[in-house]
Amino acid sequence: MVVALVAIRKNDLFAVVMLFGIYSFLTAVLFMDLDAVDVAFTEAAVGAGISTVLMLSTLRLTKRYEAARRRNPILPLLVVGITGAALIYGLMDAPQFGDPMAPVHQHMAPRFIQDSPTEVGVPNMVTSVLASYRGYDTLGETTVIFTAGLAVLLLLGIREGQNTRPGRLAIGDTLVLRVVVKVLIAFIMLYALYVQFHGDYGAGGGFQAGVIFATAFVIYDLVFGEADVRRVMPPHWLGRLAAAGIFLYAGTGVVSMFLGAPFLDYNALAHDPVHGQHLGILLIELGVGTTVFAVILTIFYAFSGMRRPHQVS
Amino acid sequence: MYNYWLAVFLMMAGFYVVIAQGNLVKKIIGLGMFQTSVFILYISMGKVEGGSAPIVTEGVEAYSNPVPHVLMLTAIVVGVATTAVGLSLVVRINEAYGSVEEDDIQELDNELDTIQESGL
Repeated sequence: MVVALVAIRKNDLFAVVMLFGIYSFLTAVLFMDLDAVDVAFTEAAVGAGISTVLMLSTLRLTKRYEAARRRNPILPLLVVGITGAALIYGLMDAPQFGDPMAPVHQHMAPRFIQDSPTEVGVPNMVTSVLASYRGYDTLGETTVIFTAGLAVLLLLGIREGQNTRPGRLAIGDTLVLRVVVKVLIAFIMLYALYVQFHGDYGAGGGFQAGVIFATAFVIYDLVFGEADVRRVMPPHWLGRLAAAGIFLYAGTGVVSMFLGAPFLDYNALAHDPVHGQHLGILLIELGVGTTVFAVILTIFYAFSGMRRPHQVS
Repeated sequence: MYNYWLAVFLMMAGFYVVIAQGNLVKKIIGLGMFQTSVFILYISMGKVEGGSAPIVTEGVEAYSNPVPHVLMLTAIVVGVATTAVGLSLVVRINEAYGSVEEDDIQELDNELDTIQESGL
């Protein structure tokens, strides 16, 4: 909360972005405390990692300092105060924190908690609800991410960038950083794969794995420059990968339809329903991971490829 | 009840940034705060007293509700994707107007309007 307040007051946007990263990280810690390990994981990777990088790229393209304030803050404060008071008044009747009898725990949740280990056979209930019970929803969300990637491409496009000669370092000759990052990238990718394929048993899954895998490329880009990373992962491949992820997800659904079951019902994928569920979840998580990775990296390429305004001229 | 108050406070802080600040990058950060407050609201509703993380473990009786976790997990990733769309709009606006301050953009628009009107 304090971090949030300071972030509002600051004029130096660089500091604001950094504080926002810290704020995201603290939120992730809070989620961990509230038993939401998967969510904490995602928030730490996305909020504290990728969004900070994206905001910094935006600052590079715009201005670091905010203009002096010319407005009267009383009217917005009044509106905010009234809205906040109304919300708190509305929440007076809400159930107590941690109450097991709260309505939110009464309808779907007990069934998911009791039956999902036997029905889906996956210990992580978040994964089984995400991938199996609410498979349609997750397909929709993956498509939203894909569409957002498309929107960024339409708005910015992937341009060549400032540093197109391979072998030229982006941040000067920093030996220690280069060596450390080289070692680190391998572990980051390995970890991403672990998160991808172990998501059924522990915290993690396609969303987190995609983001972490993209992070490895982002770090490579930041240290070794755009040209090198684009030789490893050419931009035109990313669009195909993103589409391939969705195709894999929806294709799994279509295959289950051909096998005589409803769309995205994985029971039909193998002779044993539990095996079918396993296979289905593995496939669609792979689809989600591919799409998320490709879209995040596309967005990053789009931002890093832009030149500063005064360099365009 | 304090979990709701925290969520409401953060939501209002984000809301204030969105309506009171002129800088577009800061507005997007405000939206991000607003979004996080909703995550906190959902996740805190899913918590069960004495419950543990919803991964099947031997010897654990009560689990926290997995449904809000699923909803928020996907929302975070969708959130960063939409934030990126917002930021790229900001970059384009900066290219077109040379500024990311709302007041400057408004002035430029007004000037453009008067020029067009006088031309007609």
